[in-house]
Order: sequence, then structure tokens, then C-alpha cells
Amino acid sequence: MAGVMHKSHDMGLHTEQLAGRTQQRFFSASEEENHTYPWSFEVDFDNHAEFDAEPMSSTEVNAKIRELMKLGVGSITVKNPQAKHSLGVGILNRLKLNFAGSLGYFGCGLIDGPNIRISGRVGWSCAENMMAGTVIIEQNAGSTFGAAMRGGDLVCRGDVGSRTGIDQKGGTIIVGGRSGAFSGFMMQRGRMIICGDAGKNLGDSMYDGTIYVGGEVEDLGVDCVPGRMTENELKWLTDKLGMYEIEPACGIARMQKFVAGKQLWNYDNLEPAEKKLVL
Amino acid sequence: MCGIAGLIHRGNSSDIGAEMTSMLQSLKHRGPDSTGFALYGNGASDQYVMRFKAAEQEDMKNGFGMQDIIRKRKEQADARLAELEATVEVIDAPTDYSWRYVFRFGGDMRKLADYMEDIDGIEILSIGKALELIKDLGDAETVSNQYSLTGFQGTHAIGHTRMATESDVDIRSAHPYWAYPFSDVAVVHNGQLTNYWTLRREMERRGHRFMSNCDSELIAVFIADRIADNEDLESAMVRSVDELDGVFTYLVATSDQLGMAKDVMAAKPMVLYESDEFVGLASEEVAIRSIFPNEIETWDPYHGEVKVWQA
Repeated sequence: MAGVMHKSHDMGLHTEQLAGRTQQRFFSASEEENHTYPWSFEVDFDNHAEFDAEPMSSTEVNAKIRELMKLGVGSITVKNPQAKHSLGVGILNRLKLNFAGSLGYFGCGLIDGPNIRISGRVGWSCAENMMAGTVIIEQNAGSTFGAAMRGGDLVCRGDVGSRTGIDQKGGTIIVGGRSGAFSGFMMQRGRMIICGDAGKNLGDSMYDGTIYVGGEVEDLGVDCVPGRMTENELKWLTDKLGMYEIEPACGIARMQKFVAGKQLWNYDNLEPAEKKLVL
Repeated sequence: MCGIAGLIHRGNSSDIGAEMTSMLQSLKHRGPDSTGFALYGNGASDQYVMRFKAAEQEDMKNGFGMQDIIRKRKEQADARLAELEATVEVIDAPTDYSWRYVFRFGGDMRKLADYMEDIDGIEILSIGKALELIKDLGDAETVSNQYSLTGFQGTHAIGHTRMATESDVDIRSAHPYWAYPFSDVAVVHNGQLTNYWTLRREMERRGHRFMSNCDSELIAVFIADRIADNEDLESAMVRSVDELDGVFTYLVATSDQLGMAKDVMAAKPMVLYESDEFVGLASEEVAIRSIFPNEIETWDPYHGEVKVWQA
């Protein structure tokens, strides 16, 4: 791979400097920023509640979370989620949500704002279409991790399956371990950091976005090429990984960067949040 | 969609009938059409267990005449077993159309299987010293109750809940598939094989028989073909990942091994839990949680990965 480094720059692509909101912490619970959804709940982070999900269906668990948010509870612990599917979905306001256990498929999808921590593992399609907030998984994650994600930080401290960040449209995916085949497949925007090895066909058919890899890359997919790492990016990687206390075994300075090797007609590579600032 | 599950107790026996029922019942939403179990019991070394059927469940709706037809088929089967000098020692009839025979036999197993299946309507579901293959229409609890599987002691098992997509809703299209004519080899599969007909024709030219038009049966036949060529299970499975085209995750079990293989795109799910005493695999983690409610660490096997565990 070393012989073809900086190919994107040789092609005249991706010379822009990383800038804008992607360098910032998204929707930290400590920030003063409020969401604009008119139906979002006013919650108090000091108001804590917990309940046992073991005897409940997925629908009942999600309804219970909503009921607590309606009462102003801003910090919720869900015990024994038992790998049930579709838990913690559709949360459109700030909330500290802690799952003490593992989630099944489609956990934390369609969220906009909450800070979620999962002490176990997540199944396929965790945080699908996530718009803002943070989701932190302490163990491993299944395939299609962060599919069609639009914003926020999605963090898995362990290994993730295949097609991580498929159709990613924004935000940052961080993988502490290795990632499976076709990671970054059809990626459109956003950033993905894989601290360990990446499976084959990395970034296949990607339109844009950036993938950073700390370990070995099995091979690159169509349209994915190595890019040149800038000082600004190294700083951003240091800050971003530092926020979650993750460090690649190779060290940040030795991470590789991969980008799209083509420029689509009439297409800009700003993230929606950055675009808002420009316009 | 389909759901598959497997478990293996390393070095000891357990109530695998109840465990597999619980795992498959929690995967019911992945396929309600039929459920199948391949259970590996503590069989005697000099006896075979044969599970076979003489009709489909829906045939039983065809009036009183069907009972007579089934009775005649069974009489023919008994006569042919006697002719081949197989000594039948136990006969169980869990349903009106299927039987469990325990027998002694010292001859050619393929000849016995072919001779039995030459009878119109007879299909052997499995023959083995440890394997007992049970499959029927309905969810896991329905099939498990129908065949009294709770309390079945053994070391390992695989199972399947089926959502029919490419062939009929009947017992012959239900999984698991026995890798005819090899005793104790069974397969369950989730996915679609796109070079099914090409490979099926090749396998038929090599003398293998297919009982259904279900693409999953091809995997059992493929593995059987490789075993016939003296390949070990793991090598046969590695070869299958190269030669089978499509998206698939499958489990295969022998008398003392359990294996899993994933296609090169890892397009079908599989969650794995492994400890020194136990290995559990399933399409969804809820199935493993149904027998391990406490927190455990699980992960997804990777693309093209093949793993084999010893009982």
C-alpha cells in the first residue's frame, strides 16, 4: 500500500482542510445548546430513574423511556435489555441513557441528541440513521454499524462486523478494534476511524467521506484510494480519540487515510452541519 | 429470512432438546413456516437411529384412504429392512406419518437408504448413531411438543426456523438436511445460493440424490461429496465458501463436531458465544440469551470465516 500513498492528491482531489463542526464534541450533555424540536422534552440530567427491561417487550421499553422523559427524567438506566431488538430508538432530545447489558438489532436508531452508553454488545444496524448525540458501546458490534448515519459520534470499543458505516452521510464512527468487509461501502460523507484492521473492500463505491485505519487493510474497494494525512487531521484524530480514551496500537501518527478516488459532478463534501454554517 | 441456531456442550451432555427448542422459539419471527432440529444424543455404538416419514403433514387431509396408503408404505419399509437383514429393535411413532427406528445393521448404508427411499412417499430424514433429525410444520414449541423433544440428552445440536422463499412449505423443504448417505451429518442454512442448479447438476452426475428443490439441500450434498472424497469437515467447509455462490451462513454438525461458515460478503447474520464448556451460535443474540440470561460476551464471525468445534 505504501507505494500508492497520496494518490488522491496526485489526482487533484481532497485538498481541502478539515474544518467546521466535525472537530467539535457533538451535543455534549454539558453543553448549553438546546434542541429545536418543538415536541422535545425538557429533562433534568440530575433526575435519575432506572427500570428492569427483562419482563418487557421492546415496545414497552421504548414507551417507558418516553414516559420517563415526559416526566423530566434526564438520566435513565435500563437493566437487563437481554439483546432485545430496536431498543432506544427515535429519541429526539437530550438524554443520558445507559443500557446495562446488550442490545439486539436496530438499537438506538433514528436518534437526534441523546448520549447513550451500552455496557454490552449491539447487534446489526446499531444507530442506523443517527442524526446527533453519542452512542458508546463497550463490547463488540454487529454488521451495518451506523448505517446511513448523518451526525454525532458512534463509538465501539471492540470489534465490529461487515459493512460498517454503509451509506454513511455524516458524523463520526470510531471502532476501537477491527472492522469487517465492505466498511464504508457507499459512504457519502462523514468520517470513520478504525483503530485495528479493516476487512476487504474497504470504502467500496464510496462517493466521499474519509476513513482512517490504524491496522492492516485487507484490500481497498472500487473508488477508494489512499489520501494524504494533514497536521490538522492528526490533531483532530488525537482530540476525537482522546475524548473516548481510545488509542490505536500503531499510534495516531502512523494511521492511514483513505478517501474517494473520484469526484462526483455537482457534489460538495461538506457535512450538513458544516453546510449550514457556510450558507 | 430464516433463523439458524447451534450449540455444543464440550465434554458433557445436557437437555439439548429443551435448549434448542428455547433458542428456536426465540427466533420464531425469522420464519414461522417450519422448524427443524438435528439433535446429537448419546447413542449406542452398535445401533443406528433412523427418522423417516411416509407422507407430508398436508397429505393427512386427503381423507381416510391416506391412512391405508401410509400403512402400506410402512409395511413395505419394514419388509425391505428385513430383506437387508437390518434388525429393528425399537419403533416409535411420534406422528401418523413419521417414525423413529432403532436398528442394527452391518451392510452398506447407502444401499439401505436407496432401497427405502425407492418406496413411493418414503423419505429418510436421518440415519446416524448419534443424530436424530426432526422437522415439521409450525414453530419450535409446536414441533418440540409433537415429537416430545424436551428431555432429549445429548452433546450438541443445530436447528432452523424457516421462512419459505424458494420452495414449498412442507417437511421435505424444511431444514436441517441430512448429508445422505453419511450417518450423523446434518446442515442448516440461512441465505440463498445463486449457483444452485449448476452445482446440483454436477452433484447429480456424481451420483448424489436430492429430495427437494431447496437450495439449502445443496450444502448438505456438497459436504457429503467432500467427505466421500476423504476430506475432513473443516477443509470441506473452507472449500464450500469458495465454490458456493450467493449469500449464506450455515451450520453443519457431525457425530462429534459442530462447524459454521459465512460467505465472503458476510451478508447473513450470525452471533457467536464461546466458553471453555459451551459454544452457542444463532442468527440473533436473543436465541443465545434464551438459555444464557446473564451477561456474556458475544461477537460476529467475519466474512469467509469457517470455524469447527469438537464436542
